[in-house]
Amino acid sequence: MSKLFSEENKAAFSNPLNLNNPIAVQVLGICSALAVTSQLKPAIVMGLSVTVITAFSNVIISLIRKSIPNRIRIIVQLVVVATLVTIVSQLLKAYVYDVSVQLSVYVGLIITNCILMGRLEAFAMQNKPWPSLLDGIGNGLGYAWVLVVVGFVRELFGFGTLFGYNVIPKFLFDCGYTNNGMMVMPAMSLIIVGCVIWAHRAYNKEEK
Amino acid sequence: MDHMISLFVRSIFVDNMIFAFFLGMCSYLAVSKTVKTAFGLGIAVTFVLLVTVPVDYALQTYVLGPNALVEGVDLTFLAFILFIAVIAGIVQLVEMIVERFSPSLYASLGIFLPLIAVNCAIMGASLFMQQRVTMEPTNAQFIGGFGDAIAYALGSGIGWLLAIVGLAAIREKMAYTDVPKPLQGLGITFITVGLMALAFMCFSGLNI
Repeated sequence: MSKLFSEENKAAFSNPLNLNNPIAVQVLGICSALAVTSQLKPAIVMGLSVTVITAFSNVIISLIRKSIPNRIRIIVQLVVVATLVTIVSQLLKAYVYDVSVQLSVYVGLIITNCILMGRLEAFAMQNKPWPSLLDGIGNGLGYAWVLVVVGFVRELFGFGTLFGYNVIPKFLFDCGYTNNGMMVMPAMSLIIVGCVIWAHRAYNKEEK
Repeated sequence: MDHMISLFVRSIFVDNMIFAFFLGMCSYLAVSKTVKTAFGLGIAVTFVLLVTVPVDYALQTYVLGPNALVEGVDLTFLAFILFIAVIAGIVQLVEMIVERFSPSLYASLGIFLPLIAVNCAIMGASLFMQQRVTMEPTNAQFIGGFGDAIAYALGSGIGWLLAIVGLAAIREKMAYTDVPKPLQGLGITFITVGLMALAFMCFSGLNI
């Protein structure tokens, strides 16, 4: 057991959560991060889908990494990812249909999410399946927490709700509080992500 | 004809790939440091869009759609794999043609050309095209033929080009400004894009 959770493996899991975060530091997978975060629920579903797909594609590519000819590795990776995305998309349609309608084309766009290709190229092609799995989960969760933070801010201030439930008490509205319609608009997600990156960098610099 | 022109103008300004849908963000942020490379990438993306969207439209109409290939069979769930294969294949082909006929253009585009295969804007345009085929013919976003598909692809490509050249120009100017340390680089770029997106929102009521 101790070998399974050695220092290196722990680092593969925990680095992407903070110091090497895919969104805030490596700037990968921004497209979907911005588009699906107007509410908390699609943001969480999207984060989990990406985590699952990154983890499994990392494991599969890592298992067959020695038999992939170098010249066509991109195509092989794309096919593996596309298959997994198709499965996830069908599952979402079957079990959480309303969310899958909200996510619309962005589920399909997980295929071209740079996090996946980046991790497959940079990690899974050189490492054994177990560290690859940890690396995949770590990167997926690192991506998911940024999505959740942005989704939280946008839903709270944009709609005054969380998961669709009203959380802003009525008397605040009576005192003249209003929902900020700007937050719902796509442009604000860029600015919020910009601020998340700002806070993240400022925090990490203090630590050092 | 009217519809084609309206589709073309709409996809440049109203349904802009970057500001309305955040597609192709990764390369958009990474390659927008100087106007010259930004312009080259924009042209390459426009060109690849112009080839892939009509091909994927043909696939959607004659192979994937309900009752298209075999009566009573809907193969839409295969779209992800087929589209990404078409895109990867065409990018490879474009690369070879450009290398053969215009070595100077090939040298100036360099690594960006193969990377277009995993640019979300290309895949996104095909997936949006798939959505728009099923819309009502009266809808301003409806795509009902090869002409519409080409107009949509060209408009989206030019919209993307416009966005990346604009951002590159702003970033070249911004090199001389005094930005807070943790906000430098990525953070301020996000906020800039957010403000640009706000400006582009004024086109959203446009009726052509």
